[in-house]
Amino acid sequence: MNTESEVAEAVKAAKGPLIIKGGGTRSVGRPAQGDLLDVSGLSGVTLYEPGALTLVAKAGTPVAEIEAKLAEENQRLAFEPYDLTGLLGTSGATTIGGVIATNASGPRRIQAGAARDFALGVRFVDGAGNVVKNGGRVMKNVTGYDLVKLMSGSWGTLGVLTEVSLKVLPAVEASTTLVIADLAPAQAIAAMSAALGSPYEVSGAAWIDGAVWLRLEGFANSVDYRADALSTLLASHGEIVRSDNCDWTRVRDAVPLHDCAHVWRISVKPGDGPAVIAALPDGSHSMMDWGGGLIWAGRDAADASLHAQIQSTVAGLGGHATLIKAPETLRASVSVFQPESTGVASLSAALRARFDPRGILNAGLMAA
Amino acid sequence: MEMPIPDPDVLARKARVVSRLREVLPADAVIDDPAETRAYECDALTAYRCPPMVAVLPSTTAEVSEVLAICHAEGVPVVPRGSGTSLAGGALPTADCVILGVARMNDVLETDYDNRFVRVQTGRTNLSVTGAVESDGFFYAPDPSSQLACAIAGNIAMNSGGAHCLKYGVTTNNLMGVTLVQMDGTVVEIGGAHLDSGGLDLLGVICGSEGQLGVVTEATLRILHKPEGARPVLMGFDSAEIAGACVADIIKAGVLPVAIEFMDKMLIEVCEDFAKADYPMCEALLIVEVEGSEAEINDQLALITEIAKRHNPVALRESASAEESQRIWAGRKAAFSAIGRVSDYMCLDGTIPVSELPYVLRRIGEMSKEYGLPVGNVFHAGDGNMHPLICYDANKPGDLEICEEFGAEVLKLCVEVGGCLTGEHGVGIEKRDLMTYQYAPSDLEAQMAIKDVFDAKWLLNPAKVFPLSVSETRRKTAIAAE
Ligand SMILES: Cc1cc2nc3c(=O)[nH]c(=O)nc-3n(C[C@H](O)[C@H](O)[C@H](O)COP(=O)(O)OP(=O)(O)OC[C@H]3O[C@@H](n4cnc5c(N)ncnc54)[C@H](O)[C@@H]3O)c2cc1C
Repeated sequence: MNTESEVAEAVKAAKGPLIIKGGGTRSVGRPAQGDLLDVSGLSGVTLYEPGALTLVAKAGTPVAEIEAKLAEENQRLAFEPYDLTGLLGTSGATTIGGVIATNASGPRRIQAGAARDFALGVRFVDGAGNVVKNGGRVMKNVTGYDLVKLMSGSWGTLGVLTEVSLKVLPAVEASTTLVIADLAPAQAIAAMSAALGSPYEVSGAAWIDGAVWLRLEGFANSVDYRADALSTLLASHGEIVRSDNCDWTRVRDAVPLHDCAHVWRISVKPGDGPAVIAALPDGSHSMMDWGGGLIWAGRDAADASLHAQIQSTVAGLGGHATLIKAPETLRASVSVFQPESTGVASLSAALRARFDPRGILNAGLMAA
Repeated sequence: MEMPIPDPDVLARKARVVSRLREVLPADAVIDDPAETRAYECDALTAYRCPPMVAVLPSTTAEVSEVLAICHAEGVPVVPRGSGTSLAGGALPTADCVILGVARMNDVLETDYDNRFVRVQTGRTNLSVTGAVESDGFFYAPDPSSQLACAIAGNIAMNSGGAHCLKYGVTTNNLMGVTLVQMDGTVVEIGGAHLDSGGLDLLGVICGSEGQLGVVTEATLRILHKPEGARPVLMGFDSAEIAGACVADIIKAGVLPVAIEFMDKMLIEVCEDFAKADYPMCEALLIVEVEGSEAEINDQLALITEIAKRHNPVALRESASAEESQRIWAGRKAAFSAIGRVSDYMCLDGTIPVSELPYVLRRIGEMSKEYGLPVGNVFHAGDGNMHPLICYDANKPGDLEICEEFGAEVLKLCVEVGGCLTGEHGVGIEKRDLMTYQYAPSDLEAQMAIKDVFDAKWLLNPAKVFPLSVSETRRKTAIAAE
């Protein structure tokens, strides 16, 4: 499949469910059944205006290709999309369509925003085979409803993305990390909250291997100044070591949990991070990103009742837990995504029924 | 501007609707005396007016729910209203509608600095959200120029922006959760103090839906610590082209100022009269603001002024004091009211790719001559969100129509060069009939499908956003279904 109209024809002609495949890096969600709809052939950057901070690409374009193009102009995708291939043990190249469809955002989410915040426009084919566009390629646009946000994080259940336009940002001159070792989760939250509640523009705040990492980025002088100021501010939280070689892809891609057979990605308000971790049974591994608001939890052994228990803890706190990695049998028998309130669930189901009346797009992946 | 014919059945049932509303609201919260409903006859698009049948001012989410359940049962259209500062006619009533104003719902419900959010009732004004947290060093970033008056309710409905959104984003990027009351009275909590949705991003659709999907009564908003300092620099140029080139160079150099605002000569003059900010008189003025510590500000401004110098500025002046910065911004933020003192005007809001600025400004200048109406330009140059202000005389028969035709041509031009009809003010009634220039029928169909889901009877603000001819079948079928 190489063009949008081919995708539209294929969806129209479909006799049964379709599984949408971009780079094929995400075997996530409830296992969906159906014929493969491979959109990786819709590939290539179609417009890039560095002076306007915008880039338009077909949905199957590998993220690596986009990042290489941006690097030539000293720009980047500020939301730091994560790459799940290491965690899931899959191969293939992450595509921009997959990133937007799953709203995949990394550590900089807390400062710069999520993938959904950088998506300016989309083109997609809905479940009836209609081609729809929404948004555009300008940075501010409130013309009609925002379907760009709706498509971001819909995991291909409302439509097949064929093109996305993105806001990009300048890359930075310097980056550094302040490290505070050996902190328990509650102490880590205290340090990260103090940092994020300061004027020093922390662009990453994680708790990894028991240490807090705080990232500062920008012009070199400014980074130096803020590193000093922040070290002074946080002095009471522990010994602060400045490091210029912390590898933030370890945080972004949850590298410490790669060997776990089961992994959850949990979003709560930062202060609730320690409670989520405390509720995990012995033998669990965990790390926090987003100042404590994003918890990656992993363990070797797990079953449906543990999964239900985690989701119910998170429901009690307010937030959501997704079982991002687990054997197919488990994923097939549980609610992989956080169960929603009746009101939200019924609105979501009604939207799916309108955008995909035959229920053929990644059917059942997000909700049974 | 065409509006749907008021439903005679609804008008005939006014007394009954009013008495049902009085059963669930305090006496002073139901306004049906025509002398008093006049207060709600328009928003800031004052060229269009129509008093509503009734206006209600509930104080709680529960009251909003009861009001909507009654209107739903009675088949009465509802137009939600915040502070009525919409420039697009978003809050314009129809004669058969209930205006639901949230002005009495203005409490701060929760302030959490550790987790960096506030939860407020949506009738609270934008500026007073910052007011509630600034003594502790925090602020709410989106800053529409109308921030003293406009409510968070309207900001969410319009996905409003502000001068500083180049760095901090617009409303949707700072909104974490809402309490939404659906047309049938159902109350739904969407999002919260955590980030992003675990399922479909309903919050993202509600933000910017112009009061057509539900009434938002409470909101969780992200707050940030204030920067250590901020300073604007003024740069004057001989032409808009040169100013535009300078903007592109600043962005390409990797500096991302918090704001890059543009004013042309007409606006410099009226704003100067108003604010006495000592703006340089020139063809094109940029206000560029950077933030940080004293040293960081100096570094960034050094880089920016070096870039500006390459474009031969006719003026280049850094603000020398907090007081001067305040005046520089007061003038910019008062731009609409300042021009309002000298002429009636229509404010456009199209966005274009930044690279098209010089071309579009030149075309607007040419059209201004063709239509015989003066135009001033003031806008967010960093993101291409233009605000041409077309001056006309409301007392001169035919002038408004010429102005609207001119405005429509400018917006079509914005779409032609790759932009959109509205960057932050919303579609409302003003750009409703131009939607077909930006969107194909299948695009509009997908948007209307969302309204079908949230408001099957098409009772919430039904005459807005979609061209009446496009939404007609839905509106009629929904009424007939009763
Ligand atoms: C002088 C001036 C300067 C301005 N500057 C800017 C600017 O810089 N940036 C910008 O973006 N805008 C600007 N605006 C436009 C306007 O202020 C914004 O659109 C603002 O967000 C409207 O808020 P409001 O509370 O006045 O809403 P209203 O005008 O009352 O309503 C606006 C829309 O919101 C809907 N609505 C209201 N309350 C609710 C609710 N509770 N639930 C659901 N829907 C609701 C209404 O139905 C309507 O469609 C300016 C306006 C003026 C007059």
